[in-house]
This record gives sequence, C-alpha cells and structure tokens, in this order.
Amino acid sequence: MLEIIKGAISLGLLWAVMTIGVYISYRILDIADLTVEGSIALGAAIAAQAIARGTNPYLATVISLVGGMTAGLVTGLLHTKLKIPALLSGILTMIALYSINLRVLGKASLSLLRMDTVYTVFEKLGFESSWAIIVLGLLSVSIVICFLYWFFGTEIGCAIRATGNNPNMVRAQGINTNTMIIIGLVISNGLVALSGALIAQNQTFADVQMGTGSIVIGLASVIIGEVLFGKRNFFLRLTSLAMGAITYRIIIAFVLKLGMHSNDLKLFTAITVAIALSLPIIKDYLNPPKISIEEGE
Amino acid sequence: MLKVEGLYKMFNPGTVNQKIALRDVSIQMEEGDFVTLIGGNGAGKSTLLNCVAGVYGVDKGTISIAGTDVTKLPEHKRAKMLGRVFQDPMMGTASDMILEENLALALRRGQPRGLKWGITNKERETYRQMLSHLDLGLEDRLHTKVGLLSGGQRQAITLLMATINRPKLLLLDEHTAALDPKTAERVLSMTDQLIEENNLTAMMVTHNMRDAIKHGNRLIMMHDGRIILDIKGEEKKKLTVESILKRFGRASGEEFTYDRTLLS
Repeated sequence: MLEIIKGAISLGLLWAVMTIGVYISYRILDIADLTVEGSIALGAAIAAQAIARGTNPYLATVISLVGGMTAGLVTGLLHTKLKIPALLSGILTMIALYSINLRVLGKASLSLLRMDTVYTVFEKLGFESSWAIIVLGLLSVSIVICFLYWFFGTEIGCAIRATGNNPNMVRAQGINTNTMIIIGLVISNGLVALSGALIAQNQTFADVQMGTGSIVIGLASVIIGEVLFGKRNFFLRLTSLAMGAITYRIIIAFVLKLGMHSNDLKLFTAITVAIALSLPIIKDYLNPPKISIEEGE
Repeated sequence: MLKVEGLYKMFNPGTVNQKIALRDVSIQMEEGDFVTLIGGNGAGKSTLLNCVAGVYGVDKGTISIAGTDVTKLPEHKRAKMLGRVFQDPMMGTASDMILEENLALALRRGQPRGLKWGITNKERETYRQMLSHLDLGLEDRLHTKVGLLSGGQRQAITLLMATINRPKLLLLDEHTAALDPKTAERVLSMTDQLIEENNLTAMMVTHNMRDAIKHGNRLIMMHDGRIILDIKGEEKKKLTVESILKRFGRASGEEFTYDRTLLS
C-alpha cells in the first residue's frame, strides 16, 4: 500500500511539471493547446535518443526542454501570424510532431535500460531508486514553481496574464498580444517536454504513443488541484497544481487496485474531466440561482 | 494634434453586407481640443475612433497623431500616444487581475516591458493617492480583483488608466452609455476633471446630445459616414438641442430620427 502511494507521488511529481505547462496555456492564456500531446513525446524522444547516443542525461533533458519550446513556437506562429484558430494550430503541430518523433526515435520506441539517467546520479549519492525519483521530481517542481512565480510577476509576465484575460485592453496598453501568446506557448510546451524527458528516464523507455491523452491528464490534474487545494494566491495556485497531479496519480493507482482494467483508464479520465468541467452547469441545474425582481432602489 | 485626411472605410467589401462606414472624413484637432462626436446609429463615429486607434485599418486616407503618420502602425504601437476608454466597462480592464496590476499595466503604456517587477512599491503609493483623488473609495481596494467592482468603478479605473501616462490624445467611445444616469454623470465629471487637470486633447463619442453640448469646446456631427456639422468656440457654447436638430435637417436633408439620442 505504502509502495503504491510512493509510486503515485513520484510519478505525480514528474507529471506535475507537465500539469503546470498545461495550466499556462489553458488557464493563463485561455487556449486549449493540443501541442502538448506531441511535445511530451518529443521531450521523451529527444532525451532517449540523446542518452542512447551517450549524451549526459542532464544535458539531454535540457535539449528536450528546448525542443518543446520550439514546438510551442511553431504553434504560436501558426496561431498568431497565420491566424489559424488556436485549437487547430495545436492539432497541426501535434500531428506534425508524431512524424518528427518517429524520426527522432528511429522506431516506435527506444529503451533506456541499463543506461545512465538523471536519476542514477542521485542513486549514486546513496538514495534508493524510488527516493531518487521523488527527490529529483521535488527539485524540478520547486525550481519550475519558483521560476514561474518570479516570471509572472515581471512586466512581461503581467502582460502575458493580462493577454489571456482581456486582449483588447492589453493592445490598448501598447502590448503586442501576439508576442505574449507566443512566449506563453513556448514556456508551456518547454515544461511539457521537460516533463516528458523526466518521465521517459523514469520508465526507461520513450514511446511515440506516450503523448496520447496527455492533455486530458493535464487538465484533470489542473482541475483536481484547483478544486481540492484552492487558489488564493499565485504561489499557492502553482503548488496546488503539483498537488493535483499527485492526487490524480493516487486516484488512478487506487482504481487500478480496485480492479479497473488499465485499458479503461483513458475513458475514466475523460469522463472525470467532462464531469469536472460541467460542474457549474450541473450545480445550476440542481440548484437554480434565485432571481428576485424588485421594483425601486 | 490629430490630423485625419480623406479617410474611407468599407466593411465586408464585395458581399451583400458591404457598407461604407466612412466617406472622405477629414478632421484637424489642435492641442487642447476636446471634441464631442455625435451622430445616429451607423453614422460612423465609433468607426472613426477605432480607425484612429488602429483597431481597423483604413481603405484610403491618412491619420497622423502629434505629427507622426500612424496610418500603417498596428494598434499596439499607436497605443503609446493614445489613452482609450470603451463603451463596455468590461473591456478596459483585466477582470481576473487585481486593481494595482491593472494600473501598473497602464503606467507602462508605450514603454518596453522587460523582466523587472511588474509593480514597484513606489508606484503603489502613487496609485493610492490617485485613487483617493477620485473619491470612489478605491484607494483601499488595490488588491481587489477588478472583476468584483461595479461597472461605474471599472469605467472610472479605465479612465484613470487611460490618463495615468499622459496620452497625446484621449479617445472616449460612448464610455458612459452602459452606465446608469447617476453613475454616467459622475464618470463624465471625472472625465472633465482629468482632461482639465492634465490639459489633454480628447475626442468623445456620445449619443447624448445634452452631453455633447455640455462638454468639450467643439462639436462634430456625423451622418452616413460623413462629417456634416463642425461647431466650435463661442458658437458651440450657444448650442441647444433644438438648434442642432434644425442644423442637422439642413445639412443632411433628412429629419433626425434617432430615438436614443432624442430621448436621453
């Protein structure tokens, strides 16, 4: 039992980086960006191929980050410069990345068995392998949260937040909303690819299919985090995303333990997200808002 | 300060909805001018304002602000010179961000934005003073999300944001139309106050004839995409609703039939 929770926490921490990336596009920019399905696999593919060729795993992970940022840049340019709707821009990049990921991997999946990964360094420091993942996951999530807390407090960061909120007002304040959307997507997909690289090294293989459904997992984690852990200020909100990602993994671990077939997981996740997103409507239906019409002041 | 020459603007060209919104519009505004722009539905007044702001590109003609030709500049680059307040109180502020963040975005209008903190402590004190000057009790609500404030308060904030970093030209697009009469009155007097204190050049679109007469030093009336009346100076001060209606009839050859304008 303890092992299951420990496994869920370590996996949740690695997915938390991805969840934060999804939060940037979905909540801050107000764009449902499907690029992430491709960029998570891209991050995994780049890291696996680089490590298989003998690159330092940390360097390989950084290259993955840059790869994901490039994917975000492509989606951003398609959306802002070529005026393709955001959803479609993301789908186009995602599909293109499927071929690119196959090219990077050279085949459908690439194993990292018995190769040095970012985790083995921690194992050499004396951590047991499951703890190495937790320590490194915790470290990555903390760095990402601190960086974003700082970044979204800067002038550019404020401008990006405002762009997702009210682009008309932002242009009236002399800000190029296109640039802000591009920067947001670049950071978002960079984080998603970073997460992909960490996940691939954890599971010791990269698979071209591993991105399928990841956007829904990301959204589920975002929503769980917001619902369960509140969102008072920005720092706590970022932390709640990590908590959401971990909670999601714990829930999944339990339903699997209760006997759900792992093939049904994506169906389960999709239904959970659909219900969570429709909560406001369901609430209104069950409990219609009282409207009182009164004359006078 | 503003020079518009031979402006044409057509919407949906080549479709059944084709509409010429501006036909050969020319205006020259001097520094310190406060123009009220009036006209019926579809007269082209909001279109003109949006063309000046860069929301729409123009089909023909030129626009220059303070000597700079801005005809081809995108909206966000013109913003450096412009302060803008919109008809919809939701449109001028970011509702999910707190009051001081909104003001900080406006303070940096026209300046390059980098990786410095989005708000400094020194600014906060300035904001508090400016807000207490408005006398709306907003000085203690710097950390309130703007979305929680009333339409009138948001419009007052937008007005402050438009003038906080002195614009070459202030564009007001029916900015009191969505407010109740009492609040509208208050926002209008605040507008007068800010324009006077900062010695601003301003253009205010309104559908309310009385407001158009009461405010500003120059009144321009548009009809069917053209400027049909341009009244300034002493003559403007003597205007009444009746005299404008009469002159409208003479200039356009039509009866003025726009209920919203007459009834308000």
